[in-house]
Amino acid sequence: MSEMWTAKLRNKWQKNLPIEKLLPDDQPAYVVSWIYVFGVLTLAALAMIILSGIILAFEGPAWYHISDTGLFVNSLHFWSVQMFFVFMVVHLWGKYWMAAWRGNRFRTWATGAVAFVASIATAFTGYLVQTNFDSQWISFEAKDGFNAMGIGAFFNVTNLGQMLLLHVAFLPLLLGVITVIHVLMVRRRGVVPPIDAEPLLSGVER
Amino acid sequence: MTGWISDFMNHPATYLKSGWLQISVSNLIVIILMLTIFALAVFVPFPKDKEDHK
Repeated sequence: MSEMWTAKLRNKWQKNLPIEKLLPDDQPAYVVSWIYVFGVLTLAALAMIILSGIILAFEGPAWYHISDTGLFVNSLHFWSVQMFFVFMVVHLWGKYWMAAWRGNRFRTWATGAVAFVASIATAFTGYLVQTNFDSQWISFEAKDGFNAMGIGAFFNVTNLGQMLLLHVAFLPLLLGVITVIHVLMVRRRGVVPPIDAEPLLSGVER
Repeated sequence: MTGWISDFMNHPATYLKSGWLQISVSNLIVIILMLTIFALAVFVPFPKDKEDHK
């Protein structure tokens, strides 16, 4: 076997996540439940957020505050975020009550938790970059909290440029990377079985 | 904004208060909505594929 890092990475990938696992066309019987739909609904909402966000970024505030189409896309972005959080919270509750960290799935659970926190940071910086009186109000209320924590100097919520770059560049990139890792881990380990079904699967490779 | 939306939005939020607990009506609605969706997701049967008898 080649000692090159590319070959090592390829072999490791093929061992842990073969294409049949990455793109399955079948799922266990217990997946036939609405509660298993909310992970992919969260991803669909995220896709809509990114798409509407790209349009907002290209057109700019002068468009999305004034024109009818701009106001529509602005609202689409906002309501996609609301649905994203509703779906994610229902997904979180479902996985919590399934104890979805079982079967060597702790890192899947942990990346989901980190994605949740990163989502909150992304959403809150979004409220700060609306470029309206609402965002002014929110940032001037929030600055006292951050100053009290002693981090206001390098995380200045009244600095529109800093908040805008965090909202449209760093945080979406971070959230995107964590989400991809989370989904790959779900594909690798498979969907967690119900608690009472676990003994039946004891001989199955996880 | 014009019409009923501006009438609805241009006021402070309505809050419910019970002892130490205080919550806005809008936040309460969202929480009840999420709990309802969760209950429906758990209890409403998922439609089965007619061709799938596995």
